[in-house]
Amino acid sequence: MTTPSSLASVASAAASARKVGTKSLGIGLETRGVHAWFGKHHALANVTLDFAAGTVTALIGPSGCGKSTFIRTLNRMHEFIPGAAMAGEVLLDGVDIYESGTDVTKIRLKIGMVFQKPNPFPSMTIGENVLSGLKLAQLKNSQKDELMQECLVRAGLWNEVKDRLNAHGGSLSGGQQQRLCIARALAVNPQVLLMDEPCSALDPGSTLRIEETIKELSETMTIIIVTHNMQQAARVSDFTAFFLADGGPGEMIETAPTSQIFTQPQDKRTENYVTGRFG
Amino acid sequence: MSQTIVKPSRPWLPSPRERATDLGLLLVTFLTSYAVVELTPMKGKLAYFFVFFFAFALYSLIKGSITRDFMNGVDQFFSIVMLLGMTLVIIPTADILYTVFDKGRKGIHSGLLTTDMGLATPSDPITNGGLLHAITGTLILVLVALLISLPIGILTALYLTEIKGGFTRPIRFLVQAMSGVPSIVAGLFILSSIIYPITKSYSGLAGSLALTILMIPTIARTAEEVLNLIPNDLREAGVALGGTQWRTVAMVVVPAARSGLITAMILGVARIVGETAPILLVTGGGDTVNLDPTSGAMGSLPFYIWKSFLIGTEESIARGWAGLLVLLVLVLILFTLARFLGTRRMK
Repeated sequence: MTTPSSLASVASAAASARKVGTKSLGIGLETRGVHAWFGKHHALANVTLDFAAGTVTALIGPSGCGKSTFIRTLNRMHEFIPGAAMAGEVLLDGVDIYESGTDVTKIRLKIGMVFQKPNPFPSMTIGENVLSGLKLAQLKNSQKDELMQECLVRAGLWNEVKDRLNAHGGSLSGGQQQRLCIARALAVNPQVLLMDEPCSALDPGSTLRIEETIKELSETMTIIIVTHNMQQAARVSDFTAFFLADGGPGEMIETAPTSQIFTQPQDKRTENYVTGRFG
Repeated sequence: MSQTIVKPSRPWLPSPRERATDLGLLLVTFLTSYAVVELTPMKGKLAYFFVFFFAFALYSLIKGSITRDFMNGVDQFFSIVMLLGMTLVIIPTADILYTVFDKGRKGIHSGLLTTDMGLATPSDPITNGGLLHAITGTLILVLVALLISLPIGILTALYLTEIKGGFTRPIRFLVQAMSGVPSIVAGLFILSSIIYPITKSYSGLAGSLALTILMIPTIARTAEEVLNLIPNDLREAGVALGGTQWRTVAMVVVPAARSGLITAMILGVARIVGETAPILLVTGGGDTVNLDPTSGAMGSLPFYIWKSFLIGTEESIARGWAGLLVLLVLVLILFTLARFLGTRRMK
C-alpha cells in the first residue's frame, strides 16, 4: 500500500518542479457556502473554497461525497440535471456566476470542462472537434489552422494525429480521445479548466500523458481536477481539498497545500483516507 | 532470425465431421417429413413445411443433448425455431416480389415511362399510353408531403427529446394517437376541412396534406427514438464549450443522429408512398401529366393501380401489375438514393 511519506515526496517534488502563477490570470475562482440538491436529496453542504489563479487543485474523497456535483456547480452544468437546486455563490474574478442576468454560455466559455468519459463529437473529424467550440460559441478566429495545431500540441496529441486530422474522432484510442477533448476545451481559451476524473477510464500511459499536459497547462490557467487516484493528486496538484459525506450531505473536510494534506492532515478523517484506511 | 509460416485458420468453424452429421440430420429430417405426410392425413406444402421444421428442431435438440449436453440441445432447438420465424417472414415477402415482377413485366413496353393516359383508356391494348402522369404525380405528392412533414416531424421529436417542455406528455400522446389514424380518415379530414369549404376542387396539394397527416407521426416517433439514443455526454460537452442549446442541438445532436433521422424519413415515405384511400378522396386522379400540385386533378401510381384493377379487363389488369412493379422499383430507387446520400460524408 501507499504510505503517506511517499505520496508527500511526490507532491513536494511536483510543486517544486515549477513555479506557480507567473502570469496575470485574473484572481481565480472562489466559492462561498455552496450547497447542492437533487430534488429533496441534499448532496453537498456549505463548501467555501478558493482556487487561486494559475494553481492546480485536486478534489479527493470517496465515491458519493459530492466532488463531481461540486465541480459541476462551478460552470453551471449542475442545473442541467432535472430537479437540481443550489445555494451560495461562485465568484469568478469576484463576480458571482449565478447572478441573475448572467449569460451562461459566456461563463462556460471562461470555465471549460473535461468529462470523465471521453466524448469527442462523432460527426466531426479530429480537426473539426478541436475547433468545435469556436463554432458552437460563434467566435471569430482568422487563424484556425494555427489554433488547431497549438491546442493539439498543448494537449500532447499533435504528433500522433498531425497526419490524420481529417479522420473521425472516434477512430482514436480512449486516451487519445480524452486528450482530443482537452484540446477542444483549450481552443476557446478558458481561464479555468475543470476536469472530472479525466483519467478514470484510461491506461497508465495515457494517464501519464494527461498529467504532463495538466502541468504544462497550469502555467496559463487555473485547473481543478476531481480524482480518485491519490498518487495523481499528489503528482499534479498544488492544493488538495478532501470531501466526505458521512451519512448526510457531502462536505469539504479540509483543504491545504497538497504536500501538507498527505503528510500532516489536520483532520483525523483526512488522515484515515489518505493513508488508505477507508474509502 | 528463424521464421515459421503460420497459416490463418478458423478453428471456430464446424469440422468436416460435424458438417457430415448436420447433413445426415437434414437428410433424416427430409425422410421423416416425407413419411409423416404420407402416413398421416396431413397433406400439401404447408404440412411438409411445418413437419420439416418441427422434426428438424426436435432432432437438433436430441443431437445437441447427446453430443454435448441438454442446454446445448435447447440452444440448437431455438436456433431452428428462429430459422422458422425468418422463413415465415421471408417466404411471403419473396412471393409478393416474385408475383409483382412476374405479372408486371407483361405490362412493360417502350412507351410506359414516357407517355400518359390522356389519349388512351385502361382497356386499350397494353402498348397504348403509359404511366408518366402517375410517376410524376406520385413523386410530387411524396415530395410535397415530405417537405411539410420532415421539418414538423423532426422539430416535434426535438421538442420531446431536447426541450422536454411542459407539453411533452400531451404531445407524445397525440403523436401516438395520430399514428393510429386510419388513412381514409386523413383523406376525409382534408376533404371536409379544405376541399369542400375552401378550394372546392381536387388538387395534388390536398393529397399531400392528407399524406402529411399520416407521415408526421411516423417521422416524429422514429426521430424521437433515434434522438433518445444520442448519449447525454455529447449534449453536455456541447454546452460546456459555450454553445447555446440550439447551437448544440444543431451542430452536435442532429449530425450525430443523421443516419437515424434518414431512417425516420425513409420510414415516413414508406408509410405513404402506396397510400390509396386518401388519394382517392382528394386528388381527383387525372390521366394526363400535371406538374402543378396547387390546381387540377393529379394522377398517382396507387390511383392508377386501383383504377386499372377496378375496370377488370385483361389489358387493364396487366396495366395494374405494371403499375405495381413501377411503384416497387421507384421505392427501391428512392430508398437507395436516400441511404447513399445519407451515409456519404458531407463536405
